[in-house]
Amino acid sequence: MEIVPLGDSALIVRMRERFDDAPEQTLDTVLRAFQQIENALIPGVIELAPAYTSVSVFFDPIVVAKAAEKPDKAFDWLATWIRAAVAAGADRGKTARSRSRTIEIPVCYDSEFALDIDDVARRANISPGEVIRRHSAGKYRVACIGFVPGFTFLAGLPKELATPRRNVPRKQIPAGSVGIGGAQTGIYPLRSPGGWNLIGRTPLRLFDPQKNPPTLLRAGDRVRFREISRNEFEDVRRRRES
Amino acid sequence: MSVFVERAGLLTSVQDLGRMGLRQFGVSPGGALDSFGLRVANLLVNNEEGAAGLEITLGGLQLRFEDERLVAWCGGEFEVRFGSTPLPVGHTAHVRAGELLKFGRPRAGCRSWLAVSGGIDAPSMLGSRSTDLRAGFGGWEGRALRDGDVLTLQAWQGTSIPATGVSSWGAPHDWVSPAKLNPVLRFVRGVDWSRFSASSLQRLTREAFAVSPDSDRMGARLEGPELKRVDESDLISEAVAPGTIQVPPSGKPILLLGDCQTIGGYPKIAQVITVDLGVAAQLRAGDRIRFSEISLADAHQLLIERERQLELFRVGLSLHTS
Repeated sequence: MEIVPLGDSALIVRMRERFDDAPEQTLDTVLRAFQQIENALIPGVIELAPAYTSVSVFFDPIVVAKAAEKPDKAFDWLATWIRAAVAAGADRGKTARSRSRTIEIPVCYDSEFALDIDDVARRANISPGEVIRRHSAGKYRVACIGFVPGFTFLAGLPKELATPRRNVPRKQIPAGSVGIGGAQTGIYPLRSPGGWNLIGRTPLRLFDPQKNPPTLLRAGDRVRFREISRNEFEDVRRRRES
Repeated sequence: MSVFVERAGLLTSVQDLGRMGLRQFGVSPGGALDSFGLRVANLLVNNEEGAAGLEITLGGLQLRFEDERLVAWCGGEFEVRFGSTPLPVGHTAHVRAGELLKFGRPRAGCRSWLAVSGGIDAPSMLGSRSTDLRAGFGGWEGRALRDGDVLTLQAWQGTSIPATGVSSWGAPHDWVSPAKLNPVLRFVRGVDWSRFSASSLQRLTREAFAVSPDSDRMGARLEGPELKRVDESDLISEAVAPGTIQVPPSGKPILLLGDCQTIGGYPKIAQVITVDLGVAAQLRAGDRIRFSEISLADAHQLLIERERQLELFRVGLSLHTS
């Protein structure tokens, strides 16, 4: 574990150096640390966010300096607290967070939504139908939510489906689009620009600012995709909007 | 209890101190790019420091008030008038019902923050009234203001100051007017500092960078000497924050501002300190900037000292207004 300052009001707790060699174990380690630091209720800590191999900790340096009683040692004081919090949880096995939920996401792979499925199929040397079968049979886990509100990065894409991002990103990608970017698959929660290869779309709403928490998924969740027809896609969307 | 937007200007949005606790869902805090400036403006009109105000980019805003209000603003070198009376930065004005408040174009700097007594009554979403312009929610219908909008204001307690016109006292000039010619932004080393070549690290502190036109609330893109890494390995995405200076493969650094994404995969060479983010929020295309390194302990000390001064200012204000 390494704790490095991200400026004067945040720091990054790096739990592992690599992610791809052991995604499951890394996620469990990171989410456990996230939970332990959160439970420690350290004075001055404002919020935490996990990302792949690390947990970022945002804090109010004024509160931390006051609590530390040595303003010039605010960072060291905080780092000591964090180390103790993580160490206290290290031997406790799986936490509630890592016994994660499994959430099924319906995806319609209709050709209108799957603009880049032929490119993915060609690279993998399989048919587009086989891309759909393998993508929807995969077992995924939310590695990170970020970049834009609710953007879901999923680990667990079958290796042969890995496809580099498009050279020229699209200016507008519809909300709910399911894509492949390198070795990851993910879902665009909002209409936004993006460079991933689009292979389908979900009618579910992944980000809703009227709700708190605003996202359907959280880091650590297990995700399965279920292939749905165009009719079912329209039905779910209509029900959601009514 | 409302204010009519006669001219919205280039980019004006409702902002408060931002939404906290949602980075784990990919939602960045956003809020006023110079949160300290908005806090001071709010104090000047007897508001809570976190009341929602307006962030005005490059001026052009014209507001007509339905009822009387106190107003104050902080930010770049704008010419601001209510009726025919000039309103200097960091002072409080008593605007009467029907009066017009106008922001001209800035001589220097880029943005300003307007506080109105009572605050803008935009609905609170996810704990904040700030507009998230990228995701299109919060603030005023999730968007920048338009000509003809009618903003609701919250009620305010009438006060005895100033009966008419402009207050004689004001907030310290370096707080309320942080725009500088050729500013020097202070930084602490970034988490990927040692991944850069020695010559790149020297360039960062010895040479000037120019702000590119392709800059917005997410970040200021910088033109100038290229910053090169010695270690080209792929990095795993991790947190970024306002003030992060990240370097994409082009070698041209990007200084992230308040609306930046929550995570990024580019190496982070440095991090501009919190007390200088108000200066960073004034950068506009063509400005030339330099960077200078300070220690983390000094960055904290500057922040603590500024907060101490703000506390004194708060006490002083209460003497004026009691």
